[in-house]
Amino acid sequence: MLMQFIRSFKFLILVSLLVLPIIFNQIGMSFYLDLATRLCILAIAAVGLNLILGYGGMISFGHAAYLGLGAYAVGIPAHHWLYGGLDFLATNNGFVHITIAVVISGIFAFLTGLICLKTKGVYFIMITMAFSQMAYYLFVSIEEYGSDDGLVINTRSQIPLINLDDPIQMFLVSFSSLIFFMWLVHLITKSNFGLILSGIKDNEARMIALGYNVYLHKLIAFVFSGIICGFAGVLLGNFTTFISPEMIDWSRSGELMFMVILGGVATVMGPLFGAIVFVILEEVLSSITIYWHLPFGLLLIAVVLFFKGGLSSLLSK
Amino acid sequence: MDYTLLLIQILNGIQLGVLLFLVASGLTLIFGILDFVNLAHGSIYMLGAFICASLTYELDSYLFAVILSLPIIAIIGYTFEIFLARPLYARDHLDHVLGTFGAILVIDTIAHLIWGPAGIAIPLPNYLDGQITISENIEVPTFRLLIIVVGLTAAFGLLWLVNFTKLGMLIRAGASNRTMVAALGIDVRTLFAIVFAIGATLAGIAGMLIAPITEASLGMGNNIIITAFVVIIVGGIGSVKGAFVAALLIGLIDTLGRSFLDDLFKVFMSTAAAENSAPAISSMSIYLMMALILSFKPKGLFPPRIR
Amino acid sequence: MADILEIKNLNKKFGGVIATKDLNLSILEGELHAIIGPNGAGKTTLISQIFGQIFPDSGQIFFQGTNVTKVSEYKKSRLGINRTFQITSVMKSLTVSENIQLATDTARENSFKFFTAPNNQNIIFKKIDYCLSQVGLIKSVNQPVTSLSHGDCRKLEIAMALASDAQLLLLDEPMAGLGPTETKEMIALLKRLKGQQTILLIEHDMNAVFALADQISVLVSGEIIATGKPDTIRRDSKVQNAYLGET
Repeated sequence: MLMQFIRSFKFLILVSLLVLPIIFNQIGMSFYLDLATRLCILAIAAVGLNLILGYGGMISFGHAAYLGLGAYAVGIPAHHWLYGGLDFLATNNGFVHITIAVVISGIFAFLTGLICLKTKGVYFIMITMAFSQMAYYLFVSIEEYGSDDGLVINTRSQIPLINLDDPIQMFLVSFSSLIFFMWLVHLITKSNFGLILSGIKDNEARMIALGYNVYLHKLIAFVFSGIICGFAGVLLGNFTTFISPEMIDWSRSGELMFMVILGGVATVMGPLFGAIVFVILEEVLSSITIYWHLPFGLLLIAVVLFFKGGLSSLLSK
Repeated sequence: MDYTLLLIQILNGIQLGVLLFLVASGLTLIFGILDFVNLAHGSIYMLGAFICASLTYELDSYLFAVILSLPIIAIIGYTFEIFLARPLYARDHLDHVLGTFGAILVIDTIAHLIWGPAGIAIPLPNYLDGQITISENIEVPTFRLLIIVVGLTAAFGLLWLVNFTKLGMLIRAGASNRTMVAALGIDVRTLFAIVFAIGATLAGIAGMLIAPITEASLGMGNNIIITAFVVIIVGGIGSVKGAFVAALLIGLIDTLGRSFLDDLFKVFMSTAAAENSAPAISSMSIYLMMALILSFKPKGLFPPRIR
Repeated sequence: MADILEIKNLNKKFGGVIATKDLNLSILEGELHAIIGPNGAGKTTLISQIFGQIFPDSGQIFFQGTNVTKVSEYKKSRLGINRTFQITSVMKSLTVSENIQLATDTARENSFKFFTAPNNQNIIFKKIDYCLSQVGLIKSVNQPVTSLSHGDCRKLEIAMALASDAQLLLLDEPMAGLGPTETKEMIALLKRLKGQQTILLIEHDMNAVFALADQISVLVSGEIIATGKPDTIRRDSKVQNAYLGET
């Protein structure tokens, strides 16, 4: 009975998320549609991070890098398509953008993962932060793509039959992508690989003793996770059409972690709940003051200090 | 090859290294001895710069501003330890990270409220603003030499403190066996607060030293903290010696890379390719170096001895 | 009968401490061979070297004739050597059956199935049932490990070891922390398992050792000072001085 209620509650949330923003848009309040689109995009990134953080116990403080890489995978080809140069890369084709994002995110995750995953605990956290910062400085250093000031593209990825310039279609693409990735990650966690991953999170030493190549499994999960966030980046780049290194700033990574941990790790709906809480908090607090980081920071400190066992207790489900 | 430029850039590299050391040494001490990960260490560096800037204008003297800022930063560090760090010692490293991340948001916003969004420049007094002639072609700004001197003094001072004084002995003892030291009647909590204050002061000094060159600004803490983490990862967590070596290495690689990488690339690439790729690669250079060192020595150059 | 495990002239030093000194040991296939010795004799170091957690300074380890001295830890298990842990080391957040599933070859061979369960689920379920009934835990099959008593956790360890179909099983102090009834149960269980695979038993509980062992080796200060049948060992004066005299 309780399970049915919970399941229907989740279903209710998803349906509301789909329907309400569109209704608000139709009655003239397009703000909520934009909010919901952004929410979906962040939730996809949170789903990606949850795969390795929630299910795998790998605490990455550098996942915003993939959002940035995905966004630039749209921005850079679009920039050349609009303004010339680098003809082999210049394109407006959405499928090409997605492919570039997936490949680049995958390679970045693979190469950095090779190094990071040789470490544990706080070393791992710091090294993921460092690599993310590396990506940040990389994009800052490239004058052609706006460096600090960012890249503005006034076109969106072209996908057949879909017009991303229409806010409703942009929202629907984001929403359906979110559902897709939630389902995909759910499948992965219920699979044999998923069982192994949760075994690794629980007791890595034992899993090695049982004969599993733990390093390789973590690396594969890490790459999957990066690719999902990279896809979210493609949507983000399309949504904002303003792509800047700020997307890779490590406080963005911190916000993603906040969403995953507070939303409920190792659950299907957790990342979405976390994204909802974060976006609402951000909206509410920033409507009170532009200095919303202050109450948000205090809230974070309070939760860490007063939550029994600390936030890290939320990690071991 | 312009040797004058090379020498100047080497000096700049050493200067950057020394500043990184000031920040990283506090971080590695706090991590190595208190087992506490402090992301907000960079914010203290920023506060050092801003407080010194304000005081310079109030007192009309950079020197007095520095002298007055030091105890203020020490007190800030001490307070931070009591209210935020101490409750978190018993917790997981992840809680340290998230808690101090929250602290960064709070401190950065407060700084924004107090000092505004723009940076504050600190004018140098005349006697520090000049040049020193080293040889017929080479003139070096006095202040940069001063930074190097101050940094090296701090480095040796710290090494002396930790290895040759009673306080240092207590610190090292408290790190390896807290309970025992407490049983001997030493107030470990105050001891740790002192360590924290020392680390904070060092970071503050770094901020005060860099501000006349780059001005005090809101983002400076967040920029330096990651580099400081790279330093302590490469140097080995808890090792002051490692922080020193790694800081100099990183300072030199970063500075020399930015200046000379395009020249190096031109040796085997076209000029256009060199000039396009060099800025990007040099911005990544210290991270690439970190990756390289970690693949051979995953615990850094001077890894901590297992307690 | 051949030697399933042969250790020749194994040496390991940590700084100034000699943990393993010219150690020689042969385990015959099918036997239950116990290793006893006082605390600090170097059992942990020996186990770590057998399993590839650390590598010896010199000497060789042969498993079924193959030199496995430098084989890394995760590969050892695939060769047919497996172990239990002195301090229970299971996946606490999972259920009993999930723990056993992870111990099976099938789960390991299907480890890259990203979207589905392994192909031979039936084989896995049969094996889970078999292993749990061998140790008497069949009722707890779907329970979370956190609900098990200490004694049941030790049984789970054994069940996981069984599930791995290892030819050589190292049991690291299986009696650790068990009360008198549970110890009797464990001895009976191990008696049933004897003969199905070769067992290397590390134990302090002398009753258990003498009840179960075909051969006993005595490890003192990193060396094997005596090997032989239980009665021989019981009467060996060297051993009495070094070890049995203490109990």
